[in-house]
Amino acid sequence: MESVEKKAHTKINRSAKTQHRFFKTMKQQKYLYAMSVPFVLWVLVFNYVPLWGWTMAFQDFKPARSFMEQEWVGLANFTALFQDERFYLVLLNTLAMSIMGLAIGFVVPIIFAVFLNEVRVQTFKRTVQTVSYLPHFVSWVVVAGIVTKVLSTDGGIVNEMLMAAGFVNEPVQFMTKGEWFWMIVTLSDLWKEMGWNSIIFLAAMAGVDPQQYEAAKVDGASRLRQIWHITLPGIRPTILVVLILSIGHLITIGFEKQFLLGNPIVVDYAEVLDLYALNYGIGLGRFSYGTAIGIFNSLVSIVLLFLANGIFKRYTNQSVM
Amino acid sequence: MKGSRKGWDDRLFDLINYSFLTVVLLVTLYPFLNVLAISLNESTDTVRGGITIFPREFTLANYQTIFEYDNLITGFINSTLRTVIGTVLGVVSSAMVAFTLSRADFQGRKAFSTVLVLTLYFSGGLIPGYMLMRDLQLIDTFWVYVLPGMVNAFNIIIVRSFMDGLPFALQESAKMDGANDFAIFWRIILPLCTPVLATIALFIAVGQWNSWFDTYLYNSSNPSLTTLQFELMKILQNTTMGSTDANAFRDAQGQEAASSVSPESIKMAISMVTIIPILLVYPFLQRFFVQGMTLGAVKS
Repeated sequence: MESVEKKAHTKINRSAKTQHRFFKTMKQQKYLYAMSVPFVLWVLVFNYVPLWGWTMAFQDFKPARSFMEQEWVGLANFTALFQDERFYLVLLNTLAMSIMGLAIGFVVPIIFAVFLNEVRVQTFKRTVQTVSYLPHFVSWVVVAGIVTKVLSTDGGIVNEMLMAAGFVNEPVQFMTKGEWFWMIVTLSDLWKEMGWNSIIFLAAMAGVDPQQYEAAKVDGASRLRQIWHITLPGIRPTILVVLILSIGHLITIGFEKQFLLGNPIVVDYAEVLDLYALNYGIGLGRFSYGTAIGIFNSLVSIVLLFLANGIFKRYTNQSVM
Repeated sequence: MKGSRKGWDDRLFDLINYSFLTVVLLVTLYPFLNVLAISLNESTDTVRGGITIFPREFTLANYQTIFEYDNLITGFINSTLRTVIGTVLGVVSSAMVAFTLSRADFQGRKAFSTVLVLTLYFSGGLIPGYMLMRDLQLIDTFWVYVLPGMVNAFNIIIVRSFMDGLPFALQESAKMDGANDFAIFWRIILPLCTPVLATIALFIAVGQWNSWFDTYLYNSSNPSLTTLQFELMKILQNTTMGSTDANAFRDAQGQEAASSVSPESIKMAISMVTIIPILLVYPFLQRFFVQGMTLGAVKS
């Protein structure tokens, strides 16, 4: 039918014809449009309109004024941000906790997956897996409660064990020691997400060709050598992709853990960029300043993502984005 | 397969491996069992310390106490409502969008997927988001819990990659029989997608059930819109440093009966109330979500 139509038209009204065709197909696909357009509009409202809110960072924003009445101040909010000493402290906290989180939270799940992959007793393997995914589904509120309990000075199991082993004479006040805070956040995160983050590596390991292991056994390779020369190279692409994506999310570590585990005594170690934006922006009503912090945060993570992807591309000629 | 003879290095490896994994198992399980034991232990006895994984003086009084607390009941109802409504809306919208994007012949496919996928890489940030909710007049309403996150690109990608794996011939033959695209989606594609829909339903439900920050940010001044996690958060924050103003809960309740129950026991009982529903559904869905995670991760 289409070919008949094609012959009937001349070259001159080709564009009119494509347009005509477009609308004709559109009519045919009306149900497909009905099932997608409302949700795409939804995303435009809830995910893209907030980008328009970035203009606030360049204004002296007052909620009572309309957009046309706002006073434009150029980069004044950013200048103020970069002159605030607190900002550098907060940036240090954010970077420290994200880098620690990346280093430990990325490496340990791989090791965990490698160990699990070597287990031959299937019931044991499944039990460990099921239990290790569990904390991922529990809220940070509950996890913060558990961590506080485990580290508490009256009967917390960590202190009990340290005292029983004779490492300390009196309970350590972990939650009020600022210098411990970064480590507490990192290890809590590890406890919560280790099992979950190992899923993807385990799946990748299942895809490694079993014949390679057979061949290695014939050659008399030990288990460690098999892991080093077969398992790890086999999941190398997965490791790289996960690494790049983690680097992209490096600075957007969120603030839930810091909010819930922190307290006024350790605030100088616990405050991260998002919390800083929350305290200034909504707590003190300095909306423009808070938005400037948010923009800085987004820009840094985009730059990091492109950098990581660029390095990845250079070494492997592939791109994850 | 492998010969029955095992070298000493193999045995050593197994020993280390099984020990390591057993430690992981214990470290993960112990805190949960400890919380459970304390929540079931008589409150004044708990203060003496030394509860590990078994209650010493069994009682259900802690649970009775928390369920006399009005805010907690309201929170429980709101958390349940947002979980149910949020999950239904999220699953239906993800499935519909994913279906249209899985259709190679759909004109809007390319543009719409770009719009969706880009949202994975940026976000407007806390304050612009807050301003939007204010302008849409969603603050101080229940809808701020379910509407903003309803359409989620990550979930759509997971469902779509599952649909991409279904044979297109199914749709073609239905079309021959005169079914329209919506009928194809509803009667043919949806039933086949049960495993992946179960996966994202679990993700969405857990996310909804565990949220507290939106209550804190948008609805903290309205007790009728409180959620379970937010109530727990308030109690935990009051006691983080082990200070005695932990009695906020008891003050709020203003009841004589409550004073016999220590904040410690109350925290643990509420924690259990938030964990148990997850424990009930999670083992049944494990198979699905492992599959879903792997699919989604490979695609994105």
